[in-house]
Amino acid sequence: MSSEHKDVDQHSGTETTGHEWDGIKELNTPLPKWWLYTFYVTVVWALGYFIVFPAIPYFDGSKWDATGGVINYDQRAVVAEAVEENEARLKPYTEAIVKASFQEILADQELMDVAYAGGSIAFKENCAGCHGTGAQGFVAFPNLNDDDWLWGGTIEDIHQTITHGIRWEQDYDTRYSQMPSFGSDEILEKEDIKDVTQYVMQLGGLDHSAEAAARGATVFEEQCSVCHAADGKGDKTQGAPNLTDAIWLFGSDRETIYETIYYARNSVMPAWKERLDEATIKKLAVYVYSLGGGVEPSDAAAR
Amino acid sequence: MFTASVVVSSRVTLRRASVACAALSGRTPMLNPQQLKPEPAPDAGFDGPLYASRVKVYPKKVRGAFRRFKWAIMVVLLGIYYVAPWLRWDRGALAPDQAILLDLPARRFYFFFLEFWSQEIYYMAALMVLSAVGLFLVTSVFGRAWCGYACPQTVWSDLFFHVERWIEGDRNTRIRKDKMPLSVRKVAEKTSKHVIWILISIATGGAWIFYFADAPTLFPALFNGTAPAQAYGFIALFTGSTYLLGGIAKEQVCIYMCPWPRIQGAMLDDESLIVSYREDRGEPRGPIRKHPVPGEETGDCINCNACVYACPMGIDIRNGPQLECIQCALCIDACDEIMDKVERPRGLIAYDSFANQERRAAGKPEQFNFIRTRTVVYALVIALIGGLTTYFMLNRSDADLNVLADRNPAFVTLADGSIRNGYTVRLMNKANAERVLTAKIEGLGPVATRWTRGADSEVITIGPDSLVTAKLFVSLKKEDLEDVLDDGVAAGHMIILDQMGYVVASETMRFQGPRQ
Repeated sequence: MSSEHKDVDQHSGTETTGHEWDGIKELNTPLPKWWLYTFYVTVVWALGYFIVFPAIPYFDGSKWDATGGVINYDQRAVVAEAVEENEARLKPYTEAIVKASFQEILADQELMDVAYAGGSIAFKENCAGCHGTGAQGFVAFPNLNDDDWLWGGTIEDIHQTITHGIRWEQDYDTRYSQMPSFGSDEILEKEDIKDVTQYVMQLGGLDHSAEAAARGATVFEEQCSVCHAADGKGDKTQGAPNLTDAIWLFGSDRETIYETIYYARNSVMPAWKERLDEATIKKLAVYVYSLGGGVEPSDAAAR
Repeated sequence: MFTASVVVSSRVTLRRASVACAALSGRTPMLNPQQLKPEPAPDAGFDGPLYASRVKVYPKKVRGAFRRFKWAIMVVLLGIYYVAPWLRWDRGALAPDQAILLDLPARRFYFFFLEFWSQEIYYMAALMVLSAVGLFLVTSVFGRAWCGYACPQTVWSDLFFHVERWIEGDRNTRIRKDKMPLSVRKVAEKTSKHVIWILISIATGGAWIFYFADAPTLFPALFNGTAPAQAYGFIALFTGSTYLLGGIAKEQVCIYMCPWPRIQGAMLDDESLIVSYREDRGEPRGPIRKHPVPGEETGDCINCNACVYACPMGIDIRNGPQLECIQCALCIDACDEIMDKVERPRGLIAYDSFANQERRAAGKPEQFNFIRTRTVVYALVIALIGGLTTYFMLNRSDADLNVLADRNPAFVTLADGSIRNGYTVRLMNKANAERVLTAKIEGLGPVATRWTRGADSEVITIGPDSLVTAKLFVSLKKEDLEDVLDDGVAAGHMIILDQMGYVVASETMRFQGPRQ
């Protein structure tokens, strides 16, 4: 631009762009130098980045890829490496956990910390969908924090349940039992079911009709005590719940108990041995056992 | 290209902002009418573009009392900065023996006999509040004494100016040399100036890192290349920022980057002593004539511009208080030297207050009122916060407790109908000896407890300078729930007793159950 074409605004002393719209001109205010130089530096940086790092995407006919850049950087490789590194770091612990008995794990503070932390993560990934992130359970999905266990609460029992599942028919060693549908299979009359419902409520210390419960006691002895025991305290070898305690998996109101007896409840839990390795299952067993309800073998024998 | 410049400059605008700031502080306007320069006519708008190019400052060498004082301050402050990390303090075998150490990996801060853990960061907050109010107090009494003498920006800029003067010569020589075309000598001088600046910057950044690691170990490691990468990284960072801020940006940092000049106006009042030009004595300015022009009355200012040449901020103090003025008092020395030469009394530029200017104008004697509502309030706030901090620091426990209640689930119903809550208990022993501490629960009724994972029982043995994390299950029998819980919640305490039975820590504990 030659100097005679320069159009300087009288008021501000700044050059204009030379464009004019209805007498309004645009000032050509220069950018601050620090800004310009920073901008130039970023341009140089970008050029260098293009050369060094993967930058230009392309479709190679089957999948999207990008130019590698001179250092051939790949974030997937970085992640894979980090995962590998972490696994290598944990390997001695994982091996020790697989080898050790549960009593050894519980006695070893370091193994215990690793197992608990790993179990906590595995629980959230695999178990929380049904049992909740805090293992607090939902209707039909047991709370794992409490001390009421359907199939036993020793750490070995818990390990067996996680490994083989409950009523998971593909697994030969799964825990299996079947409560009959007393109503829908016409084993009992509706009146009998109503009476036994009252008796179950009496067992559980809930409000009930004493008269109906007395009638129900006979029915209970004939039909239910085989699994739930004569005193209603259940049988862990058959997964028959204790009916005398404060914990009700499906609910403790009259309608729910009636429905349970009428249709029966046969919940299913998958066997995890095909999806998880032994170390992870052992960590899960340690985690669930440590949630507060875990039963020591001596306690279990005493019951 | 069309752009909007965002940097608001214009010295006049800034000065207006400073005056407005003082006016906001609720006092009478700081400037008496004759001190104000004529304002531009309202329709003139700003008297320049919003963006001002930098005008290079060539401060002239100054001799005098304030210059000597600044030298002394610089020696003391740099001395503290460089020597402090090398001081030793014996803390026994388990703790580092560096008197001042910020141990970031271990999250400990050691300061002579004090040791802070990371969760005690609130002492840092108290220290910062104290520093801020201390700054308010100093500012309300002596103006921007911090800016003028003690601010690292001032100390390092001053040092860099000395290097520049030593290599390139004093003000006039430097201006002349800058106008000359490039020559071997000029390039050599400029290069060696920047090399020395960078060396000073490296020494600055290099000393900084010694506050974060054991200095005698780190120092040789820096030279044989075995120091951690962070050490070199931080040296580079602080070298860069020292060179950039103290060497290149200099007065621009104070004018454009620092918020303090904008804030300080609110601390000043009519009685604050600030570096001022005594307009009542100096005006009208005029040269000393051998043969006085009849009818010409001149004040003491001979318009020699010594004060302007001395100023490291590149301003004229005779224009009144300005946002740019860091009140380094070098103009006082420069003016006093001239006044001595022309045999007029010193103090044409001096620490002075507005109130005194007005008193002299009204023919009254000068007064120095250091005790004013403002200064008393600042002093009381300092005493209060300082007292509280000292009290809490002296009474702080060498044990610390955290009780975190499980929230998912908040409580668990057990088979017998009792309610159980889970807690994560974190107990810290800050002492350098193993201790046996006992945890007791109070205010939650007849609870049953079970300690697992980290502790076997409520009697916890905890090693020196360490932390125990344990899981605690607390349960209440069904029949006790009604007595203890109020709307499903009970609030109690966990207290930690030492072996003598003294309470060394306590923490509130909530117990939750079903709402009745």
